[in-house]
Amino acid sequence: MNHSRRTTFLLLLALLIPFALRAQVTPDRLLHASDEPQNWLTYSGSYASQRYSLLKQIDISNVKNLELKWVFQAQSLQKFETTPLVVDGIMYITQSPNDVVAIDPKSGRVFWVYHYATSPAARPCCGIVNRGLAILGDTLFMATVDAHLVAIDAKDGHALWSVKVAEPTAGYAMTLAPLVVKDKVIVGVAGGEFGVRGFISAYEAGTGKQAWRFDTIPDPDQPGHDSWRGSDWEHGGGAVWMTGSYDPELNLTYWGTGNPGPDFNAAQRLGDNLYSDSVLALDPDTGKMKWYFQFSPHDPYDYDSVQVPVLANSNWNGSPRKLMLWGNRNGFFYVLDRGTGKFLAGQPFVKVNWASSLDANGRPIATPQPPGMPTYPGIQGGTNWYSPSYSPRTGLFYVSTWEDYGTIFTGVQAEYKEGTRFTGGANAAPIPGADNPGGIRQGPVNTYTEALGTGGVVALDPQSGQKKWKFAMHDVNTSGILTTATDLLFVGGREGYFQALDARTGALLWKENLGGDIIAGPISFQVDGKQYVTVTAGNSLFAFALRE
Amino acid sequence: MHAQGQDRAPEYFQTDIQYGAQIFATQCTACHGTSGDQIPGVNFRAGQFKRVVSDNDLRATITNGVPGTAMQPFAFGASELTGIVSYLRNMNSFDARGMMLGNAARGQALFAGAGNCASCHAVNGKGPRVAPDLGDIGTLRTAELLHRTLVDPAASMLPANRPVRAVTRDGKVINGRRLNEDTYTVQLIDEQERLVSLTKADLREFTVLKTTPMPSYKDKLSAQELADLEAYLLSLKGVK
Repeated sequence: MNHSRRTTFLLLLALLIPFALRAQVTPDRLLHASDEPQNWLTYSGSYASQRYSLLKQIDISNVKNLELKWVFQAQSLQKFETTPLVVDGIMYITQSPNDVVAIDPKSGRVFWVYHYATSPAARPCCGIVNRGLAILGDTLFMATVDAHLVAIDAKDGHALWSVKVAEPTAGYAMTLAPLVVKDKVIVGVAGGEFGVRGFISAYEAGTGKQAWRFDTIPDPDQPGHDSWRGSDWEHGGGAVWMTGSYDPELNLTYWGTGNPGPDFNAAQRLGDNLYSDSVLALDPDTGKMKWYFQFSPHDPYDYDSVQVPVLANSNWNGSPRKLMLWGNRNGFFYVLDRGTGKFLAGQPFVKVNWASSLDANGRPIATPQPPGMPTYPGIQGGTNWYSPSYSPRTGLFYVSTWEDYGTIFTGVQAEYKEGTRFTGGANAAPIPGADNPGGIRQGPVNTYTEALGTGGVVALDPQSGQKKWKFAMHDVNTSGILTTATDLLFVGGREGYFQALDARTGALLWKENLGGDIIAGPISFQVDGKQYVTVTAGNSLFAFALRE
Repeated sequence: MHAQGQDRAPEYFQTDIQYGAQIFATQCTACHGTSGDQIPGVNFRAGQFKRVVSDNDLRATITNGVPGTAMQPFAFGASELTGIVSYLRNMNSFDARGMMLGNAARGQALFAGAGNCASCHAVNGKGPRVAPDLGDIGTLRTAELLHRTLVDPAASMLPANRPVRAVTRDGKVINGRRLNEDTYTVQLIDEQERLVSLTKADLREFTVLKTTPMPSYKDKLSAQELADLEAYLLSLKGVK
């Protein structure tokens, strides 16, 4: 290269680098997402999935001055479960069925909408929902309810490639936000109510070519298969419908798995039913499993363990340890060593009667209830898929709860027919004639929850397992949680209130009635020097910031 | 996953089965026959269906019909569907000979007269608002639940309808029937039939009562009278 050409090249390089740095979400930026708290680069805010923001503009003293800045109304009446990404001043969300919308996060105005033509063959169990996106480079990734993975140009909203992950007519669906690790996009499949055989799979981000696949229900040649009898494993469930986490130092990605199939008739599938209701630690390069921990062996209660794995580094018995914190749908709060999967501690955080306690290895000591008597927690669990939060400042783990909520479970024989429901249940609320509170409230009148369950947020100390505080709600709580470096905790609820609490004490500091169920998690970001907090409620996304 | 799985009801109740048997006799037998086996490939007594697995499948097939066949859509309410499904699931063991058929006209007379129901309940706006208007109760409550409410009202009362008592900071007492409640507020209709919304932080006392002013009719009405009253209540399907 001669001198003048070299000068030109360097000049061009100097011009391009700032753009490239701003525009491209590199794997390195994802690794250090916490270093750019103005953005929200992954579903859970960072690979550790703490939903903890380092932004400090909104604090305990001024949170009362939050005001609504804009509203985005989704063109859908389906449940609105999306967590936005915010990347260098642009917000990306999904709306049902599988649209991607690029939004100006200062005004709420829309740059573009990408519409994916969802196949009518899709049959997600519980609503045509989507929980969000992943990004790498200039490419967004969306998992669709008809079980495809689609790559979309983040600048102009055009599809770059689409691959079929699984067969929607067999009951496979995808509702989760993908997780990008290095150059791969990792997803899991829903379908646990249709007797699918679950899996987690990774795709090359540039091409969509499948890199690996891990079956959550082992076949006869795979370890763990002896936890099944006969051919039960073929429809064994173990769906994966929430986004995992990643520890770059250990090079392990963690994913929770769902119920075994059929959901409620455990007599039809003897054995522990691995790897249902478990957390799996996988090598993100190969998909090989390093360890697993099963929370609810041989589960007859639909206690999906798909909760987002929360990674925290903390002292344990006086020594630094890499922990995994898990408020499980089965009502127990677990602390695991995420390097080995070793069970460190666990105790109930809501009323539990399906097990008396956990043994030294974390295995539940089951106490099945007599026929006709309620089991606690009920079908929806002590919590469910709602993202919890961990604040390194307070050292507390925060989880949304369903309190004093039970179900009378009855298993009935289920016949497997591909693509039809395979649940094997005849379940009822403890009050005759009343419907148990479902996964989402159907309207603005709260008719049943007081006697059938209430809710709230609890702050748990991982060191002791004890509740530090509880913020009680009249209704069950379906909201995700955000904490901040100013000791604020943001949480919604199905009553439609969006609340800011003191993360140290649980004291209510601010609330706003948004008029619709809040079932996703709030996020925070900063644009042009202003910190925002956003959350979906009903069919809209609301953005708040401090009054000028 | 996060929806409730439900293949079959945990229990089918005699009152619902009877109600379903009556509907079946008038609406379904022309095609399916009294034994439910007149359509090839379908035999209700034997539990044989073409495309139905769960109770919800049954409800959907009845409601939507089956395109391209003689199975037309039926606009049944929820309690009627519960009755029909309960009957279809129990057709092989149900003995219609012991069935006590209620008479809705006699039930209506009881409602206004000896039962004294009309002193608290309105029907489509005719009557007081102290207790819920029952004008569409036949679509809201199953036959079984209506029966239970009549014989044991306190145990069967749904949480939403419970009486509440509130005392404001300045000592004003408000009694009423709860319409809605959340963490911070409660909405009710008070004894003067006013809609009242209260903020809990403004109250000195707020109590949700587990009792009900409604008496049990277990010993007040005969079995036939109860059946008549239930038949009347089931016939109340709202203003069309």
